[in-house]
Amino acid sequence: MEKQIVCINCPLGCRITVTMDGNEITKIEGNTCKRGENYARQEVLSPVRVITAVLPVEGSSVPVSVKTAAPVPKNKIFECMSEMSKANLKAPIHMGDVIVPNILGTGVNVVATKSVE
Amino acid sequence: MAAYGIDVDILIVGAGPAGLAAAVAAKEAGIDNLVILEREDHPGGILRQCIHNGFGLHRYNEELTGPEYAQRDIDRAEALGIDIRCGTTVLSVEADHTVTAVSTSRGLETYKAKAIILAMGCRERPRGALGIPGSRCAGIYTAGTAQKFVNLEGFMPGKKIVILGSGDIGLIMARRMTLQGAKVLACVELMPYSSGLKRNIVQCLDDYGIPLYLSHTVIDIEGGERLTGVTVAKVDEHRMPIPGSEIHFDCDTLLLSVGLIPENELSNQAGLEISPFTSGPVVNDVFESSVPGIFACGNVLHVHDLVDYVSQESTEAGKAAAEYIHRESFDGKNVQVMDGNGVRGTVPQKILLNEEKKVNLMFRPSGVFEKAQAVVMQGDTVLVKKRAQIFTPGEMVVIPLDTTKLSGEEPIRVSIEKV
Ligand SMILES: Cc1cc2nc3c(=O)[nH]c(=O)nc-3n(C[C@H](O)[C@H](O)[C@H](O)COP(=O)(O)OP(=O)(O)OC[C@H]3O[C@@H](n4cnc5c(N)ncnc54)[C@H](O)[C@@H]3O)c2cc1C
Ligand code: SF4
Repeated sequence: MEKQIVCINCPLGCRITVTMDGNEITKIEGNTCKRGENYARQEVLSPVRVITAVLPVEGSSVPVSVKTAAPVPKNKIFECMSEMSKANLKAPIHMGDVIVPNILGTGVNVVATKSVE
Repeated sequence: MAAYGIDVDILIVGAGPAGLAAAVAAKEAGIDNLVILEREDHPGGILRQCIHNGFGLHRYNEELTGPEYAQRDIDRAEALGIDIRCGTTVLSVEADHTVTAVSTSRGLETYKAKAIILAMGCRERPRGALGIPGSRCAGIYTAGTAQKFVNLEGFMPGKKIVILGSGDIGLIMARRMTLQGAKVLACVELMPYSSGLKRNIVQCLDDYGIPLYLSHTVIDIEGGERLTGVTVAKVDEHRMPIPGSEIHFDCDTLLLSVGLIPENELSNQAGLEISPFTSGPVVNDVFESSVPGIFACGNVLHVHDLVDYVSQESTEAGKAAAEYIHRESFDGKNVQVMDGNGVRGTVPQKILLNEEKKVNLMFRPSGVFEKAQAVVMQGDTVLVKKRAQIFTPGEMVVIPLDTTKLSGEEPIRVSIEKV
């Protein structure tokens, strides 16, 4: 099986083709440098993203912005969003406060990126 | 009027990352009588609404969100006791360094500053400038306005969205609207390439299966009070719609992400010379405009894609303004910087020949150039070269120039050539 990846590490945006045999990578082609190879491997085997979001805060007219303190698996983005939206938030919130600990058992905390008084 | 003016050494307009970095640098250079005037109720500028991550990789070697990046500068400014007057809109800046401002708390005020630093940021190109035909219904916003609604006010402007323009703000909003529960049907780009960063194309569109239509544009807008749909068509090489290529989308919202221009109302009013290429003031290498003692930095000078460079440039501007106060002028001989082939809007436009130094020449490529080099020439002499696999209009190029390489006052020219 072949997977197409666009490298994001520089504006060249190489189109990288990763050939797989089951869960094993057998060939990586199309990258111009080593960074592309590493990126393609990660994207194929276990892609991750930092998620940012805005959540409503009870008793405040402004929402709080949050992020996952580390990247989480890409296929959990929407599940994380719905988990976060269940959080019952009340002001005051300070930048850096943990909003959801260990979201979906990923070991990653969701933290506030701004303060809401 | 000046008789009633509040005397300050340095007055800074805008407390975004540019104004904050300039203030911190000026204060650290020994200027105590310094004030920042900021229109909004909080410092931080546009970063306050940029809640996504990806800021600060160059400056801090970590990925921060916009509010976190801004907070570091705010904390620094507060630790130095810098006077930031929020809720204060600057109404006019005069060439004689008189500034008028208005606030609800202090009313109308007049300041007299020894030096002024303009750091008002940029604004989005509005719909009017686009000339899209169709009804004037509700549901059409610039991407930045939508960003403000969603991220600062917690209000979703629509449920089914089409985005015109593939600039970074549009891409980022495609992801934001999707994550917050809307359906983004398409991102439509007039040019055959996107002006957005690759990273944003992949992580904001591809990750969510949002199609990007290159060489397409919106040709019709439907709806009565509220938008109900748009028609998109492919364009030919003259950017004219191709009959028969129309695609219709039912949507309640159209977001426009078609470019940013420096906020230059005050710059114009103060009589600063404006570059037709950057749409910001013409400056020398210490970021002083054509009016002595008035400096400009950040997005008001030229639109940046990385805030890290904004902070760097503004630190230089702040130091320079402090030096101006100590020495009272930056007179002297200078060398003009010209745009050559493939280059648009090089900043600075002039280099002062007062001392030996390194000057960063910053510009945007006018097109996409693969396997090319940027070259700085004075007459027939090559001063610096910088090779790259690719140059694109979406990424600002920075070339450091060592001024000891300059000889005489002959203009220098920056261009991009194939290798
Ligand atoms: C949507 C968006 C996404 C971005 N994403 C990224 C990214 O992912 N990574 C990255 O590195 N960079 C990003 N940037 C770029 C970065 O945010 C900007 O380059 C930076 O904020 C520019 O700083 P500034 O201080 O020049 O302008 P601004 O942040 O716009 O600040 C200008 C300030 O001046 C004030 N002002 C204006 N006029 C007046 C007046 N008349 N009187 C008083 N005050 C006034 C404004 O209220 C504002 O606070 C993004 C920018 C935008 C718009
Ligand atoms: S593979 Fe290397 S050259 Fe190609 S886009 Fe990735 S980082 Fe750039």
